[in-house]
Amino acid sequence: MKRLLIAGVMLASTLAWSGPVLAEPVDDTLEIDGMPIVTRTKAPEGHPFDEVMSGWLFREAETRDVERETIENPGMIAVEDGETIWNTVEGTEGKSCATCHNDAAESMKGVGARFPKWDADSEKPINIELQINKCRTERMGAEALAFNKGGQQELTAYIKHQSLGMPVELDLSEGEMQSWWEKGKDVYYTRTGQLNLACASCHEVAMGKYIRADHLSQGQVNGFPTYRLKSGLTSLHQRFRGCIRDTRAKQPKAFSDELMALETYVTWRGTGLSVETPSVRQ
Amino acid sequence: MASKPRIKVPKSASAGEVITIKTLISHEMESGQRKDKDGNPIPRQIINKFTCTFEGQLVFECDLDPAISANPYFEFNAKVPASGTFQFTWLDDDGSVYEAEAPIEVK
Repeated sequence: MKRLLIAGVMLASTLAWSGPVLAEPVDDTLEIDGMPIVTRTKAPEGHPFDEVMSGWLFREAETRDVERETIENPGMIAVEDGETIWNTVEGTEGKSCATCHNDAAESMKGVGARFPKWDADSEKPINIELQINKCRTERMGAEALAFNKGGQQELTAYIKHQSLGMPVELDLSEGEMQSWWEKGKDVYYTRTGQLNLACASCHEVAMGKYIRADHLSQGQVNGFPTYRLKSGLTSLHQRFRGCIRDTRAKQPKAFSDELMALETYVTWRGTGLSVETPSVRQ
Repeated sequence: MASKPRIKVPKSASAGEVITIKTLISHEMESGQRKDKDGNPIPRQIINKFTCTFEGQLVFECDLDPAISANPYFEFNAKVPASGTFQFTWLDDDGSVYEAEAPIEVK
């Protein structure tokens, strides 16, 4: 009887362990229209992980397939809209983006892989969205675009798409980028909200596990603006704010110092990954 | 309104092979059923016909109606007898014609 009982206990414990405990990212390689995309690479020095991994590896097979061909990628519609905006004259100076920058395929190649950069005028890091606004107000005589309005996401997606496949690399030696990086790191590891979660709680400590039906990735930003199956084209600061809302914290404003520091730090965490804009995620 | 259409045709194929062709054009496909803020109907403007020919020979043709959603996407198969060029045409209600072509080499 006792032996039976022990066997029963052993069986129960075996069953308890047999479920999918850890859901590792998949072993798959990505080519977009035949162009190889780096989805796994060695982490830069001082990184908490040994290997940085694109969020693409954490998605379902069907979602991953959509990104393999640009014609299948719904985010490309936004990129086309962005191209229209690029060529549209606005403002008092009678200029469009193309007036100064000509063909984006050449002038914007690599740009999406190197932002955010140091902006000496505002003494802050500047991202693509704010750089667009700077050009609009200082050179085109047009009004700055409000967050996620007036085609801001589409134009950003178009500019970043020109760097498709190029590795993300930030220059932290410019200006005070290093101290903003430190500030961003603080934001990343600070627990906030009623749920008391930091970015790291999900994207570092629990990376690879499931949070209900959602597979937690490293939270890389190499594919932003991204096409999300639930909300369409989604900008980075929209995603930051969404994540922060989910911790039930007060959301910082888009492009606030807090989120610009976070963008600097999180972009660095994806050093070496290819730009995937517009990536396809769930 | 519509920007340049996107097409995907393999660069090469073997003789008689069945290939897959994909096309997509950005277009509002305004159905004519909707009203603007002031309650006035928004006039219909859709792409009403799509045609694909190979060296003058019809491969695929399709009439589009107002129920078709924005950015119409077509995927179809074709058998290629020899090297040549696929020609694609989209007809807009306003009389515009959008065209694209893609060559294929048969080895």
